[in-house]
Amino acid sequence: MFYREAGQYKTSYAADQALLPILQDRIGLLMILVAVFVLIPLIATDFFLSAIMIPFLVFALAAIGLNVLTGYAGQLSLGSGAFMGVGAYACYKLTTLFPDVNIIVHILLSGFFAAIAGMVFGLPSLRIKGLYLAITTLAAQFFLEWCFIRIPWLYNFNDSGAIEVPGRKLLGISITGPLATPTVRYLVILTIVAVMTLLAANVLRGRIGRSWMMIRDMDIAAELMGIRPLYAKLSAFAFSSYYCGVAGALLVFCWLGSAEVEAFDINHSFLILFMVIIGGMGSLLGCFLGAAFIWVLPIVIRAVPSALGIDMLAATTEHISNIVIGILIIFFLIVEPHGLARLWQIAKEKLRTWPFPYATT
Amino acid sequence: MELLQQIFVLPFVDMVSMPDFLIQVVWEGFVAGVLYALIALGFVLIYKASGVFNFAQGIMVVFAAMALVGIHDMGAPAWLALLLTIALMGLLAITIERVVLRKLVNQHEAILLMATIGLTLVLKGVGELVFGGGTKSMITEELGLPTGSSDWEVFGGIVIFQHIDIAAAVIAILMVATLAVFFSKTRIGRALRAVADDHQAALSVGISLHQIWAIVWFASGIVALVTGIMWGARSDVSFALEIIALKALAVLILGGFTSIPGAIIGGLMVGIGEKLFEVYWGPIFGGGTEAWFAYVLALIFLLFRPQGLFGERIIERV
Repeated sequence: MFYREAGQYKTSYAADQALLPILQDRIGLLMILVAVFVLIPLIATDFFLSAIMIPFLVFALAAIGLNVLTGYAGQLSLGSGAFMGVGAYACYKLTTLFPDVNIIVHILLSGFFAAIAGMVFGLPSLRIKGLYLAITTLAAQFFLEWCFIRIPWLYNFNDSGAIEVPGRKLLGISITGPLATPTVRYLVILTIVAVMTLLAANVLRGRIGRSWMMIRDMDIAAELMGIRPLYAKLSAFAFSSYYCGVAGALLVFCWLGSAEVEAFDINHSFLILFMVIIGGMGSLLGCFLGAAFIWVLPIVIRAVPSALGIDMLAATTEHISNIVIGILIIFFLIVEPHGLARLWQIAKEKLRTWPFPYATT
Repeated sequence: MELLQQIFVLPFVDMVSMPDFLIQVVWEGFVAGVLYALIALGFVLIYKASGVFNFAQGIMVVFAAMALVGIHDMGAPAWLALLLTIALMGLLAITIERVVLRKLVNQHEAILLMATIGLTLVLKGVGELVFGGGTKSMITEELGLPTGSSDWEVFGGIVIFQHIDIAAAVIAILMVATLAVFFSKTRIGRALRAVADDHQAALSVGISLHQIWAIVWFASGIVALVTGIMWGARSDVSFALEIIALKALAVLILGGFTSIPGAIIGGLMVGIGEKLFEVYWGPIFGGGTEAWFAYVLALIFLLFRPQGLFGERIIERV
């Protein structure tokens, strides 16, 4: 209806290469940014921020990481939970070893440790692909999980085996630890996620991103055309694990406050994979849609019985929510295997041709 | 230097000095390996016939065992419970084929994998809802399986064989033999192999894909039930078994996705290997190595032989 590019002429190469070439997209994004940066912190309750928005953003960031690897570079991975763990433990070690350095720097640095781990466990991808590779990433998952338990140095020989987040300040405001308010933590995460999403969008449409997509579409052909699989695949693993690592650090430092190894187990790897597939492989928007869907849905399902006044055991609602999520995943795969992002694309197409739906574009 | 000695010398000295203990460890590993092999067998059956990587095989094992115990608890005698569980697995196979597989024909393998992960959630939820999420003990005696153990004196020591373990090994061998006969001698078995070879060619000579898929899932369901009974008899039945079932994935890598002998040999390799490693080398690493040994073994193995032990050689053309 109002969404069409008719009449928007581009007069320079810069305009032609813009990230969002259509005016309506720019307005829409601006409105979303205003809403999340200004409106939500003003009106949202603490529960809404810390139980819904913060986890949603953390998982969206991890989903971007996995989507780069799986959706753009075509390498299926089941180890993203462990790479988040590497980020979290690295950040914990860094901030306890160097307490004076700003925590944001530590969070961003910890991603590099995850990237190194990702590259090591990405090495098999040079020889194997597809489902075989997916299973070798399980080696990363279980081996790293074991390290988090068996190497006490990682959690500073803590008796509980958990990592406790120390309070850290930025410009005099606490942003981690028990003193930080949900609003502050939300804004910190939001800023990091927004900047990193922008970075990912630009990397993906640049030279590296396109070499990843070539590898995904057909690796032998890409190699013949001058893409080096070694660099392309390992850089995809490194980039992806960096994002997962930062997400893991944020998960512990800005959301949970303390974490044990269970926060990075295989179920979280699956959760992130669900988000990527439900949201749409090879789409940044899909990461956010998928994260919102997979994270918010169980909360809604758990709230339904009490809202209807039905008395139900917590375990029972848990089982029912498992069933419903499982059915919805299968349903979505059958109805729209390309994920929620494709639905948005179809909607845009419809808007463009409205009111003449049979017009050829 | 001391570390090197610990890794390369001392474990072997231990092995030679206490051969009875070594035999015990290998036997334990062998039995665990048989169970891994059985789970992997269920995967291979389905992957061969439909190209679906059935992540839900592990939960099917637990689900079948839970159903058997649950139905027995509701008052049915053991034989009836067994029959009802088999019927339930058949019903499950038909439902999965109708509702999920038929709609997802020709999709990318990652999407099929995801569908079976969705299936895992559903089965887990339904199983916990209907039969309870707690730990249950398998109805070993009611099913007529032997309990107790025998000792075998050897090299001045004693090796203990649990009868249930021996039964598990025998039943596993019988089942693999039955499957082999079924595949090579019966009409349906030949149709299954035809589908595994080439879907379209099989369709064109009048084999119904839908029917074959339902049969294959049913066969995997039976394999899952047998695995569940054996596993449940050794330890208890609970949904925590699911994590252990994931190890069958590593077995698959070793053996190759499409090879039944591969699944069996891979299972035994993982089972015996992880027990030996945990007992003799585990203490150096602080124990608990069973959690990752299978996967790391598979990962290292794949670096040298990407198609697995018996997998078909991968040839790609642009």
